[in-house]
Amino acid sequence: MVFLDFEKPLEVLYEQLEKIQQVGEQGEVDVSATIKELENKIKQTRKELYNDLSGWQRVQLSRHPERPYTLYYIEQMCRKFVELHGDRYFADDKAIVGGIGSLDGQSVVFVGHQKGVNTKMRQYRNFGMANPEGYRKALRLMKLAERFNFPVVCLVDTPGAFPGIEAEERGQAEAIARNMFEMAQLRVPIVVTVIGEGASGGAIGIGLGDSVYMMENTWYSVISPESCSSILWRSWDYKEQAAEQLKLTAEHMTDFGIVDGIIKEPLGGAHTAPDEAAKILKRHLKKEIAELQKMTPEERIERRLEKFGSIGQYDVLESEAEATAKAK
Amino acid sequence: MGWFKRLKDGIQTATQHKKEAPDGLWYKCKHCGETSTMKEMRENYLKCPKCNYHTRIGSHDYFDLIFDGKYTELFLELKSKDFLNFKDLKTYEDRLKSANKKTDLPDAISVAHGKVRKRPVVIAAMDFSYIGGSMGSVVGEKIARAIDFAEENRMPLLLISKSGGARMMESAFSLMQMAKTSARLARMAKAGVPYFSMMTDPTTGGVTASFAMLGDLNFAEPEALIGFAGPRVIKETIKKDLPEGFQTSEFLLEHGFLDFIVDRADIKEKIGDILLLFSNAEANA
Ligand SMILES: [Zn+2]
Repeated sequence: MVFLDFEKPLEVLYEQLEKIQQVGEQGEVDVSATIKELENKIKQTRKELYNDLSGWQRVQLSRHPERPYTLYYIEQMCRKFVELHGDRYFADDKAIVGGIGSLDGQSVVFVGHQKGVNTKMRQYRNFGMANPEGYRKALRLMKLAERFNFPVVCLVDTPGAFPGIEAEERGQAEAIARNMFEMAQLRVPIVVTVIGEGASGGAIGIGLGDSVYMMENTWYSVISPESCSSILWRSWDYKEQAAEQLKLTAEHMTDFGIVDGIIKEPLGGAHTAPDEAAKILKRHLKKEIAELQKMTPEERIERRLEKFGSIGQYDVLESEAEATAKAK
Repeated sequence: MGWFKRLKDGIQTATQHKKEAPDGLWYKCKHCGETSTMKEMRENYLKCPKCNYHTRIGSHDYFDLIFDGKYTELFLELKSKDFLNFKDLKTYEDRLKSANKKTDLPDAISVAHGKVRKRPVVIAAMDFSYIGGSMGSVVGEKIARAIDFAEENRMPLLLISKSGGARMMESAFSLMQMAKTSARLARMAKAGVPYFSMMTDPTTGGVTASFAMLGDLNFAEPEALIGFAGPRVIKETIKKDLPEGFQTSEFLLEHGFLDFIVDRADIKEKIGDILLLFSNAEANA
């Protein structure tokens, strides 16, 4: 088990539990009462720790090395899944995966960022940082979905689009922009869920949909707390403050009306009971898809435009407003 | 009245939007290091007379340069506010105040409509001097309204980008302006109203990764920095030096992301030509 820094009290309790269990195995004393007590204490401590998490703690949880990723969720949720590769122009990006799966009989096109599960795979997946061909693969699959009237599910989990020489040469910016442009007019339902990190253009590049939810221990922001710290505080040391200032948690984002709601995770985070997290996610996706399928493509497109078109906060000066009205 | 206009008319008036350096003042080019007088600079479209470096100019400079004389500004009523109470070393509120004081601009973008070679057009132009040309709610909303205006009046839209990207102090709201503007452009594209995107130095981050790259035509001033990630970030990530000319307009043209590069002296003529060629454009959806 991997413990985060704020989970120290839990780590201590788990160590105690392990010791007692070893004593118990030697069979000389009855430790069952002590074990029970410790287990209760763990439960209680977890509840307290997770009762009021800071922005930075959510960021830490979203990056937990044991957290489930896109392919895990797809495999848990779908009886059948065929992974599809390549953008048909340049390459197959490993940081964005996709394919067609069956959600209890409904064929769905999935696209999502994919992180690696161990050191070697993390490299292979480029830490979930996609190149332009990843976004173009995602778009190709969404267009495939449109052709055959399959709903699209996007699972967002990226620390950002990859900042590299080749990414720029092949048009990282154009690929992300093009996806939003096309997703805005896609005729099939698009259900977006942030399952981990939702950083910047890399996230919104597959993030424009009819329904946008965040899992409980995730974040969504224009920039990662670390980069924000380095630019605005001119030091890497202010990531906690940056996380607070950016108001990037699922709770904030729901309050702002930028996302539609929060998907609950098992207590302690999705990694503590990944199969349960997958069940919760599946229930959510099925419900959203069913709702959206009741609308016509035109209604969905109009709603999508309105949904994203209304995001923004500003003052309106009355006198100038009249001036504009006259100018028009 | 801006400096291009004065150049044509030979009159001297203070401009509304910035305090201009007197003619006799020297300008030292940050590109080639040579010096020229401000008069020489103005007569050369604020490009370095020695090396043709295009200095960063403001939205109203472009309006003066491109429109036939007068133009009408739109959406001046929209003002940014610090709705997240964002505070780093400074508060966002203070940043807005000092930007307002320094520039006299409404925000990092201005929108106007007028005519170019007698053809109507909407121009939205960004100002780097206003918090790095960053895109927050107001920039996104003004672009959205400029698109609506262009679509309703069936006027082509020219958007001149000059921005460091999304405005961090509005967090996810800034990020969502990328989706908002892209979605709106998709609708306008369907309606068959032409959209031209001109990128100037610099155009990076969320601005490049949304409306700047979505023009029916994409073009740029020479030697502008255009990219998604900033060069410093890329260098730190890959721990290698970047190739000569990386992320310049010329680099983007070479890699297929621009239709052409246009010298500032030729912008008006080029826009005039394009408007003529697109004057019989119609929706074919
Ligand atoms: Zn020079």
